[in-house]
Amino acid sequence: MSGAAQDTAHAIKLDHVSKSFGDRKVLDDVTFEIAKAKAFVLLGRSGTGKSVTLKHIIGLVQPDKGQVMVDGRDITKLDRRALSDVRKHMGFLFQNAALFDSMTVGDNVAFPLRRHTDLPDREIRDRAKQKLADVGLEQEYDKMPADLSGGMKKRAALARAMALEPSILLVDEPSAGLDPITTAEIDDLLVQRKRSGTTIVVVTHNIPSARAIGDELAMLHDGRIIQRGTVEDLDRSDDPLVQAFMRSEGGG
Amino acid sequence: MFALVDRVGAAVLSVLGFVGALATFGGRAIVDAFRPPYEVREIVRHLYQFGLRSTPLILTSGFAIGVVLSMHTRATLARFGAEAMIPAGLAVALVRETGPLTAGLLVSGRVGAGIGAEIGAMRVTEQIDALEANAVDAFKFLAVTRVIACMIAMPLLTVMMDFAGIFGGYVAEAAVSGMSWQLYFERSFLYLEFSDLIPATLKTVVFGFLIASVASYLGFTTSRGTEGVGEASTRSVVMASILIILSDVILVKIIFFFYPQVPS
Repeated sequence: MSGAAQDTAHAIKLDHVSKSFGDRKVLDDVTFEIAKAKAFVLLGRSGTGKSVTLKHIIGLVQPDKGQVMVDGRDITKLDRRALSDVRKHMGFLFQNAALFDSMTVGDNVAFPLRRHTDLPDREIRDRAKQKLADVGLEQEYDKMPADLSGGMKKRAALARAMALEPSILLVDEPSAGLDPITTAEIDDLLVQRKRSGTTIVVVTHNIPSARAIGDELAMLHDGRIIQRGTVEDLDRSDDPLVQAFMRSEGGG
Repeated sequence: MFALVDRVGAAVLSVLGFVGALATFGGRAIVDAFRPPYEVREIVRHLYQFGLRSTPLILTSGFAIGVVLSMHTRATLARFGAEAMIPAGLAVALVRETGPLTAGLLVSGRVGAGIGAEIGAMRVTEQIDALEANAVDAFKFLAVTRVIACMIAMPLLTVMMDFAGIFGGYVAEAAVSGMSWQLYFERSFLYLEFSDLIPATLKTVVFGFLIASVASYLGFTTSRGTEGVGEASTRSVVMASILIILSDVILVKIIFFFYPQVPS
């Protein structure tokens, strides 16, 4: 562990994180912290480093510089086993769903339960079915991911991300490819999760969703956070890019 | 002239880099195989995929090779009036070299291509990241289980190929000379010893390791979308086949060291 004092008030804290891929600087001295049971929304144009930021939080990408603190522990310094223990308390929804295409939808959702709990198989099936019902896919349990539409895959992947009732939920564009009604239902689900104590980080381009879910919003541009605050703060921003985003009502 | 040296030097470095990375990958697979969790379910699943589902290919090919070898052996031995030696000659050739090597190359085509493509597709669709995000060691879950399954499946498939070949040889011989199955089988094993069968069959464990390690490595390092997946699949077969043939030279030399080939 580093010598830094443990920060237990915040579920997540990125401290001066920088990351480059080759010559391209993707994150440039990014710092933010998220209080427990709050929802943090990352906004920004495509390719500005939002997904990379999420992947830093779960340790899929290592920073070149800076610290990534999760529940007071710098996860960049953890060994594989300790990192694995941290990940058991996190759920991650990938931008492209990333369902395991060799398994049924139900087995995808049951996968984390089978791996990390000692529950009997019947209980695991019931829980997986309930998680699928939460995202409106209770009928799709035995289907293969290839048989689902893009939006359905996204919802199934969200059910998988929530299977272990994680204390931290990282969600990459939950409403991409969804109709407005389903988007609103997913937003409601995320708000419910937040109320039950889950810390949520959402990457989205969908401003109505960001308004519905977010306690705090941050705008990433060229790898830097150019504005951060509540919905009202960003609404009052003078920055033209922030204004353009906050005035757009389109989903996607 | 310098440009040529530069280019050759870069190519040599690239090959050495690949071999080094592959050796590290394979070494890690062996070390991780002894660390829990042992992923027995996945190993059994792959054994079914690599082993049981390869049997039609292996049995058919083995039978055909037995028939062809029998025809060649007959043509050669008939000149010396030694037709009675056909079963023994064919069995020794099959068990010592033809069976293990052919089985290795066939499995590298069927299984190696599949592993390269499957893991490559999982890489480009972020399924490997999804495994990691679900607190699962993706290397162990995907690569180590396949390496173990392939190492178990290879000798079993080789024994099947040997027997299918001997049976193919019998069918060809019976068609020409009407030799009985009992006599053919007896003559097949006349000069065959355990020192022919065991080392030659066990060397295919190394083939299995090479096939699954190369294919898993190329799958894990896939990039550039579907084009990269296709490339991983093709390169898996090419690299595994080359390594099987090269390693065979060394393995045969080692076997000869421990079991000197002196007529008794």
